[in-house]
Amino acid sequence: MIYAIASGKGGTGKTTVTASLAAVWDGPLTAVDLDVEEPNLHLFLAPEITAEEPAFLEVPVLDAARCILCGECAAFCQYKALSLMGKTLLVFPEMCHGCGGCIALCQEGALSPGGRELGHILEGSAGAARFLMGRLRVGEAMSPPLMRQVKARLRRDAAGDVLIDSPPGVSCPAVNAVMDADVIVLVTEPTPFGLHDFRLAVEAFRPLGKPLGAVINRAGIGDGRVQDFCREAGVPVWAELPFSRAVAEAYSRGEVAARAVPEMRGMFLALMARMRGAAAASNPEEADHA
Amino acid sequence: MNAGIIAVTSEGPGMESMVDSRFGRAAGFVVVDLATEQTSYVDNGGSQSMAQGAGIQAAENVARAGAGVVLSGFVGPKAFQALSAAGIQVVQNVENMTVGQAVDKYKRGELSTSDAPNAPAGGNKG
Ligand code: SF4
Ligand code: SF4
Repeated sequence: MIYAIASGKGGTGKTTVTASLAAVWDGPLTAVDLDVEEPNLHLFLAPEITAEEPAFLEVPVLDAARCILCGECAAFCQYKALSLMGKTLLVFPEMCHGCGGCIALCQEGALSPGGRELGHILEGSAGAARFLMGRLRVGEAMSPPLMRQVKARLRRDAAGDVLIDSPPGVSCPAVNAVMDADVIVLVTEPTPFGLHDFRLAVEAFRPLGKPLGAVINRAGIGDGRVQDFCREAGVPVWAELPFSRAVAEAYSRGEVAARAVPEMRGMFLALMARMRGAAAASNPEEADHA
Repeated sequence: MNAGIIAVTSEGPGMESMVDSRFGRAAGFVVVDLATEQTSYVDNGGSQSMAQGAGIQAAENVARAGAGVVLSGFVGPKAFQALSAAGIQVVQNVENMTVGQAVDKYKRGELSTSDAPNAPAGGNKG
């Protein structure tokens, strides 16, 4: 099963929740950081990285000597990465989405595949878990292509469960991260700002039709409006994690709360059980086989 | 490209419309033939709704209209490159005036063409 840990905004503790879940998870697990713009799961899991490879997007390279300026490729590209202006075919590789259409289409063989570096993919292990992360190149504007390549590695090795640390927010990268998940876990804070972004996230992710539950982090610092909203909207609250001095100290040392604070371990085990229950309820057939 | 035909980014279709300071996301272009004083309007609405490439689309629209000069507020690097490739001259920092006033200023030689873009990439999204 794939579990995406998401949040309507940054700073809710999504990554620390993911790290704690990874620390208590029983059975084979892959922990994936898909927040490729600002990956930080490794800071908590301290994985041993065994492989690091650059990832590329296939973009067209023009051989101007062969180009007859017919303009067909430019008319085809819906992203305006190619433009015929006067007697020049302009190529904007940074705008290309890598569909490959223009290269296939050019009758003159003037376009050939080249690579735009998207960033790096890192693999390794964190304790018993396999660890995978993407890191977007500074200056690269598109994260979904790199995220897709990270996810492709997941499918190659499908054994066990997967925890995805998703990008915050509800934009294209966030939706891309939760799209393939079986269950979505939304981490929020019980504050007015937290509620606002949480509401947006529920609205954005619910149409995906996946089981969705809330984790209220730092419970006790705000009011009860997030809980009220969950009740009204029918979003189950899978965990309310208290904010204690011991937890804060664990974080400040870069430690995982579920490991450093004994009572947190029990809470994350309960959260794991609820996540598994939600996955089983929505996939009755697979649960029968298990 | 005809340097006697100028395209002005515009919020509306006529000479009394205000100059739209954005190039890629401009509502449209008033195209003026200086020799005949004839004007026409090119809608740029399609570019406004594009997720990316609005500046390039707008540059293509200007080229198709046969203009040799563009008057606008802010032109991004890709649009600038596209306009330059088509041999279209770019006049930037034109704003807070009507299309007619901008054209008059240009005719009097009070506006000079630029050789570099004055807006950051993707910056004309407002
Ligand atoms: S389709 Fe090929 S020949 Fe035609 S403009 Fe594009 S690159 Fe040139
Ligand atoms: S590969 Fe696709 S997105 Fe990239 S330039 Fe060609 S047509 Fe456009």
